[in-house]
Amino acid sequence: MSIKPEPNFDEMRQADGAICPAYRDYVTWLEEQDPALMRRKSREAEQFFRRTGITFNVYGDDDAEERLIPFDMVPRIITGTEWRRLSRGIEQRVRALNAFMHDLYHRQEILRSGRIPLSLFKGNVAWLPQMVGFTPPGGVYTHIVGIDLVRTGPNEFMVLEDNARTPSGVSYMLENRETMMAMFPELFARIHVQSVSDYPRRLAKSLAACAPDAASDKPVVAVLTPGIYNSAYYEHAFLADQMGAELVEGSDLRVVDGRVQMRTTAGFQPIDVLYRRVDDDFLDPLTFNPQSMLGVPGIMDVYRSGGITIANAPGTGIADDKAIYSFMPEIVEFYTGEKPLLPNVPTWRCAEADSLAYVLDNIADLVVKEVHGSGGYGMLIGPTSSSREIARFRDKLKARPDNYIAQPTLALSTVPIFTKAGLAPRHVDLRPFVLVSPNGIDITPGGLTRVALKKGSLVVNSSQGGGTKDSWVLED
Amino acid sequence: MLGRTANSIFWMFRYLERAENTARLLEAGFRMALTRGADAANEEWRSVIVTLGEQTAYQELHSEYSGAQVCNFVLRDRENPQNVLGMIEAARANARSARTSITAEVWEAVNEAWMVLGDLLDRPVREASLGSVLASIRREATLVRGATYGSMLRNEIYHFARAGTFLERADNTARILDVKYYLLLPSLAYVGSSLDTGQWDTVLRSLSAERAYRWLNAGRMDPRGIAEFLILDRRFPRSLAFCYDALRENLKALAELHHNRGECHTLMREADRRLCEATIDSIFDKGLHEFLTAFISENEAIATSIATDYRFIA
Repeated sequence: MSIKPEPNFDEMRQADGAICPAYRDYVTWLEEQDPALMRRKSREAEQFFRRTGITFNVYGDDDAEERLIPFDMVPRIITGTEWRRLSRGIEQRVRALNAFMHDLYHRQEILRSGRIPLSLFKGNVAWLPQMVGFTPPGGVYTHIVGIDLVRTGPNEFMVLEDNARTPSGVSYMLENRETMMAMFPELFARIHVQSVSDYPRRLAKSLAACAPDAASDKPVVAVLTPGIYNSAYYEHAFLADQMGAELVEGSDLRVVDGRVQMRTTAGFQPIDVLYRRVDDDFLDPLTFNPQSMLGVPGIMDVYRSGGITIANAPGTGIADDKAIYSFMPEIVEFYTGEKPLLPNVPTWRCAEADSLAYVLDNIADLVVKEVHGSGGYGMLIGPTSSSREIARFRDKLKARPDNYIAQPTLALSTVPIFTKAGLAPRHVDLRPFVLVSPNGIDITPGGLTRVALKKGSLVVNSSQGGGTKDSWVLED
Repeated sequence: MLGRTANSIFWMFRYLERAENTARLLEAGFRMALTRGADAANEEWRSVIVTLGEQTAYQELHSEYSGAQVCNFVLRDRENPQNVLGMIEAARANARSARTSITAEVWEAVNEAWMVLGDLLDRPVREASLGSVLASIRREATLVRGATYGSMLRNEIYHFARAGTFLERADNTARILDVKYYLLLPSLAYVGSSLDTGQWDTVLRSLSAERAYRWLNAGRMDPRGIAEFLILDRRFPRSLAFCYDALRENLKALAELHHNRGECHTLMREADRRLCEATIDSIFDKGLHEFLTAFISENEAIATSIATDYRFIA
């Protein structure tokens, strides 16, 4: 396994300087544009985002309660052929994830078979005993999934992370496209890009298809938000607005007559499907964290008796666990009977003695992550860390090896961003959004491209100074 | 719609209206102070604080009433719980929490108001820029109102927005009239003096009524006539009668949508009847101050019962 970063693959320009097929029409167009006009457009884009209030909040940052996620106007482009291959792999993985979750909360065949060790999820807080033996309406566990992909070569996509709990960022996918179409309408007349704009409609349809038996013919869907101080509040409001669903908070909800109901100006009204953007732990103070003010007391009882659909189902966070992730190739094979179409990033499980020894020896070249971490917090990027940071991390690693996994520092692909000095390559990832209902798996073409704005940086998380790009899948 | 959302909408518009009316009051004070000697100017600034009911909070921080101090206290001092910047922030926080119930145009207008005024009020306001700051507050509030009028569906949400606007406006007009008319006039002996004429001018200016009143009355300043205009003239958009016409229509629309009348409708009918039956003579016979204080507390009772009838709070 190679761990030294190779010269990375640029998605726009090949090593010999030739333009890659996906970008040919775009680069032709770009070369016709006046650079001064492009600079002005770039400033306009920022004003647009600020005026419409597309912001996110950063935890632990008092000065900037709401910040913009920087938007870069050079699109990230994927050909239709590349996308078809990718989406087959994504669909396979999502099917396996749902089957895995059903199994974990029922017969646990995969544990009996010995394919994954029992120790992995014994004592794992993301696995919820309250879900044992219960099948959610329609048999769906992860209604909305985000699969984070990275790329290292022309045909080399790998899964970096599965987001089966509450993937966020879809509002940026939609707003980025709107912004691009408003700024460069002529570009879209010239290059045919697969549309993403009907995502909210597809989401509403997919959620409604998962309604419980108690629901009426026209299921009532609501989005549950922790409120305006949550980092993703903008997205919660945006999706509710686009779906025509109510945006509710815990204080609006109460269990009345065996249903979860919302307090409207005309009295209480039952909700059939709750798209919740509140973590499991806060969902029901009677079942989980008793201190939670964000959830609904008694919702789990209603859920278990078929009175409401909760999307995503409680307990799906188990699949976000990075130690579980390392077994995804085995999981995919176990439930689909097929070889995984999308590989994982090679991963060392520090819980295993050999791997731990290897990781400790090579830590300066590796990326080490907490198994329950997210958002780019609590991780070490060996090559860019100081020897003091590395020494401190080694101690943490030795104290609790089972809390960590390690991965090679990949030569992530780059896509150019627009800078004052012209185009400059930056590392990117891609988060496609997947909807699951009894009617099937629906993948919106493209997804959210996150880009590390600092030269050479590999961290694309918005909380760590990353930006976003419009992501195009070409019609072909 | 959700009760909590109705509450947010109602208060978003109350705060915007209050911010705008506070700016008008400062504008009137500013103009008055410019046309007076230093002592009279300070007295005028004091009257602004008295009208806003903020003497206690102000006196804890300052011993005298200068234009710069009063303006900064009213507009941006965090020690003042009723500062205008805080109202704009509260309006925007309410809008954000009811984001799915307002149009993109309304949201962008209130978000922009928050950005523009946040910048303007970030530093102490100097006298030279006071006029343009106050004009910006009025302008931004007007833009939100225009976006609301021009882009919102005429449904429940709109009626809560309008009910909030007119309840707040009626309250503000009644307070300004009450304080200016009674508490500030040193004695009735001043009636007809030049100080007095100036005071009437401020009362009218505080409510942006000076042009309309002069136009209707060929420039004559008559205390009774002014009170009549501000309370009973249905043509003037800040008069109590006008506000209550609008409030009644919006509450009626809510009752029709809900097929149900609440406590607020009963209170509204009673308050409306008293206002309709009143003449300027009956008001002065009973006492203007008594009339206005009763009005203010009935107005607040209507607001409270709207919140209860429509389940604003759990």
